[in-house]
Amino acid sequence: MDEAYLKPLPEPSIDSQPYWDGLKERRVMLQQCADCGAVRHYPRPMCGECHSMNVDWVEASGRGVLYSWTVAHHPFHIGFRGETPYILALVQLDEGVRIQSQLLDANVEELKLGLAVEVVFGQATEDVVLPYFRVAK
Amino acid sequence: MTESLNGKAAIIGIGETEYSRGADKSSIGLMLEASLKAILDAGLKPNDIDGVIPYSLGPVAEEVMTGLNLTDVRYSAQTPLGGASPVAALQSAAAVIAAGVCRNVLVVLGRRGASESRVASRIAAMPQFRQISEFENPIGAIAPAQLYAPMARRHMELYGTNEDQFAEIAVTMRDHALLNDNAIMKKPLTVEEHHASRMISDPFRLFDCCLESDGGTAVVVSAADRAKDTRAPVTILGVAEGHPDSPSTITQRPDLMTLGLAKAAPRAFEMAGVKHADIDVAQIYDCFTYMVICELEDLGFCEKGEGGAFVEGGRIRLGGELPINTHGGLLSQAHIAGMNHVYELVRQLRGEGGPAQVEDAEIGLVTGYGDLGDGSVAIMQKGA
Repeated sequence: MDEAYLKPLPEPSIDSQPYWDGLKERRVMLQQCADCGAVRHYPRPMCGECHSMNVDWVEASGRGVLYSWTVAHHPFHIGFRGETPYILALVQLDEGVRIQSQLLDANVEELKLGLAVEVVFGQATEDVVLPYFRVAK
Repeated sequence: MTESLNGKAAIIGIGETEYSRGADKSSIGLMLEASLKAILDAGLKPNDIDGVIPYSLGPVAEEVMTGLNLTDVRYSAQTPLGGASPVAALQSAAAVIAAGVCRNVLVVLGRRGASESRVASRIAAMPQFRQISEFENPIGAIAPAQLYAPMARRHMELYGTNEDQFAEIAVTMRDHALLNDNAIMKKPLTVEEHHASRMISDPFRLFDCCLESDGGTAVVVSAADRAKDTRAPVTILGVAEGHPDSPSTITQRPDLMTLGLAKAAPRAFEMAGVKHADIDVAQIYDCFTYMVICELEDLGFCEKGEGGAFVEGGRIRLGGELPINTHGGLLSQAHIAGMNHVYELVRQLRGEGGPAQVEDAEIGLVTGYGDLGDGSVAIMQKGA
């Protein structure tokens, strides 16, 4: 499986490793400031609200709404040839932060701001799971 | 404080190479050719240059110094703001001149964007895009067209901005390019051809996207007292850079449709002491048609959401109320990362715009946009 995988893969950092570890367990984990409670994404060392470096990891609901989108027609990377067109969705999670993802099994005609969506997980390689979304049931 | 750089520096020399899709020179060769033209245009000798600011992607200042045999450089820097770099470099140049560090600063950009390192691979190599690489590339968001299209889509959904307005920008840039001997695109473009061009990343079609080009462009920024004695100086009245909230990634930005330029523009206008109605010509960084709409709003020429209507009816064409990109822009002249926009503004304010000259152009504006939303703007005036 890994040998044939041509798409870009993440290079987790000290800051983001728990996020990627969570996805492997099919959970979307988000950083929450251990002092003021603000949720942030992408993972980073400091709370932008209170500048605390104390952090907890909390599991997101996996639910959100469509904040914007594009339909990718031209594959800019060899790994995505043969997969276009696909919908790149910017999802605003219920926790307030956003995730860049793909919206699977959706019709372009039904896309609108605020469309309710929910996470599904896709096994990219043995070690990497990516978060995708679909229209909420 | 905000008046600090007003009138302190002027652009006294400009130079450009041929713009093409296949240069026979290296990037540093293009930079040196453009630099020498700018230095001679300024009436200087190469060794009069005592400051060097090259583009943040590509050959470094040391190569420029070695190439031109500069022996008295007191300041070098980079302004890593992607396509906002050239105008941000004008701010750095004016600042070190105002501080008395330098007298003549060379700002130069050369690239082989068509022949080498196309856009997706360039981005993968840029440290500014680290978070994009980790969290967005794996899911399939790779290139600027895909990263910026959701900004345009949200604008369309909220404000009714439409593809006819995008086409108006594309066609206007093309018409202006046809007046420029050093433009890559030589054939007319119609609205119908725009609408029929293949979709790249919805709503961006092929003709909504800028070119990939080879070429070099340079300007010499000098102290205002020196500029008075040169052939055709253009004075910097106001200049500023600005960064959007959450600059390292678009997706986490509180407002997807407001860029760093919205912060830079009020500073530049206040520094310059001019009003929007005073601007005779504007060179707006046009990596995608939509960006022109967004920048016009962020600059304050209209309210947020009104940019689509603003570009209609010939307003941004030569002869219109606010002619934009009189050289054809990144969309139809060449993608020299906006350094060609700086060159064109100086050309216009010198009255050397040829068939694309805006009549009686006295004050003009140039923007830069890059690195996912950084912005820069300079307001300039004819003379010294």
